Amino acid sequence: MTEPLLRVRDLKTYFVTERGSGTARAVDGVSFDLYPGETLGLVGESGCGKTVTSLSILRLIPEPPGHIRAGSVIEFDGRNLLALAAPDLRAIRGNQIAMIFQEPMTSLNPVFTVGDQIAEAAVIHQRLARKAARARAIEMLTLVGIPDPEERVDHYPHQLSGGMRQRVMIAMALVCGPKVLIADEPTTALDVTIQAQILELLDRLQQELGMAVLLITHDLGVVAGQADRVVVMYAGQVVETAPTAALFDRPLHPYTEGLMAAVPRIDAPRSRLVAIPGQVPAATAWPSGCRFHPRCPYAWAKCTLEEPPLLDDGSTGHAARCWLLQEPARRTRA
Amino acid sequence: MTLPTWLALLVALALAGAAARAVRRRFFRHPTATWGVGILAFFAIVAVAAPLVAPFDPREQLDIIRLKNQPPSWTYMLGTDVYSRDLWSRVVFGARVSLVVGGLGTLVAVTLGATVGAVAGYYRRWADAVLMRGVDVGLALPRIFVLLMAIALWDRLSLPVLVLTIGLTSWFGTSRLVRAEVLSLRERDFVAAARALGAGPARVILRHVLPNAAAPIIVSATLGIGNVLLLEAGLSFLGIGVAPPTASWGSMIADGAPTLATAPWTTLFPGLAIALVVMALNAVGDGLRDALDPRREDT
Repeated sequence: MTEPLLRVRDLKTYFVTERGSGTARAVDGVSFDLYPGETLGLVGESGCGKTVTSLSILRLIPEPPGHIRAGSVIEFDGRNLLALAAPDLRAIRGNQIAMIFQEPMTSLNPVFTVGDQIAEAAVIHQRLARKAARARAIEMLTLVGIPDPEERVDHYPHQLSGGMRQRVMIAMALVCGPKVLIADEPTTALDVTIQAQILELLDRLQQELGMAVLLITHDLGVVAGQADRVVVMYAGQVVETAPTAALFDRPLHPYTEGLMAAVPRIDAPRSRLVAIPGQVPAATAWPSGCRFHPRCPYAWAKCTLEEPPLLDDGSTGHAARCWLLQEPARRTRA
Repeated sequence: MTLPTWLALLVALALAGAAARAVRRRFFRHPTATWGVGILAFFAIVAVAAPLVAPFDPREQLDIIRLKNQPPSWTYMLGTDVYSRDLWSRVVFGARVSLVVGGLGTLVAVTLGATVGAVAGYYRRWADAVLMRGVDVGLALPRIFVLLMAIALWDRLSLPVLVLTIGLTSWFGTSRLVRAEVLSLRERDFVAAARALGAGPARVILRHVLPNAAAPIIVSATLGIGNVLLLEAGLSFLGIGVAPPTASWGSMIADGAPTLATAPWTTLFPGLAIALVVMALNAVGDGLRDALDPRREDT
């Protein structure tokens, strides 16, 4: 197998909350690999640590209150990003690893034209001159499928629709031809038809440019359509990782199972939507043992006491953090 | 008037002129702003062309016996003052001093205030603590007291020193304003996005944070020029500003104040000049604030 492009090992990003009410362990020992050219889906509900994980990769966590614990490793092309000096890190941001943010409405600077902003990374990393930068911006606008690029290049963000702004964000991220693109909920703020267009665009660009994409989302439909492999996160940890087909075929972790059951199906008679009971616990006080046990339909005594490791199920690359893998007979609802 | 001060003024004008075309178009859509620019341009031209516009030497006492405190007439357009000097000539030459002191003093103050505010607000932590405690000290010290100390040290202030002292003592408020603005801007998504693109702190502050704080900075600058004009007037009034017989609007008001009841024109016209410039600056500040915000285009 090829070497991973991005290797995350035991990433721990903690936030010290104010007035000393405890440490929020937002990301608590996350490990995964991203291989060249693949799309890795990072799934989980709000507050499970997806966004913090992605921000940690670029070291954009506000410090204080946040910090990445010693012992965490984020290796890109063989270099530990967590040990890089600020200028070396800036040389990677936007150039080798780029990021698309969740909110196209607020992630663009309102006082500069979109052309200026698209070319910004190229100006920073390739020292492009004014004219060349403008030409590059027009080229990128064409690439992301915005009509009339020559005219749009001089428009301000408020003159564009949400979908166009997201295209601009993508153009901004791709201008230097990064090897890794982190897309943090790139379609959440858009309506459904625009979502599909943006995802198609990402797909096409990934094929054209051959980059690896870390797709962060809470939308299983998006994952099913886009990702090659999936990492499911819950409570700051990876609870299951599998190739996309295997995950949807046979979810191993009860949490993943619950997520799948909660998706309305078009091919089944209409019934009440299934929900996972309870709520995500607070990051300052994760439950003992398995963090999912208070909400798990199968939980037994062992789950409340001992935290399961990621257990392999024998097939390639499908693993889950659940004791059921050792005692499959217990997978029956009481 | 020394060469460096003129150069600095020219640079400031060139910077203003380099503003984008769109900004200019939006600016001149503002009716009062156009008037403001007209008034400022009038005073600027008059100041630059002072020797051509002024019929008399502003320092010359024409006839201390017969021409003292003459009301406006055809020969002496705005009348004469208590020393029989031609008021129009003095207003014209006074514009040079007052506008340069006001403009450059504010330029120094706003530059310093914006820099300190941006650094404190962006880096926070100890930089913020140290700088803002310094600003507290600066705000607590009465400015007149600082200026009096400067006088005690240098006897009479030369114009550059006057400009610097005024500039260095009037940036505290601006820095507070800018810091507050930067504190909220630094948390915005587009700042995170810029950092994710590999922009360093200098680039983030200069391109992404400060331009978005332009509105309060400009408003504080335009109001600041008015304040500095009045401060210069006050200092000259106290006799510690511009050295007589050099004319400045403030010193003219000071000279005319004792005869306010009998010869009101000696104070009226320099006072009118100050009021006009301050009002024009406010209108220009308003127009600039709107023009620099691209979102105003559609409305």
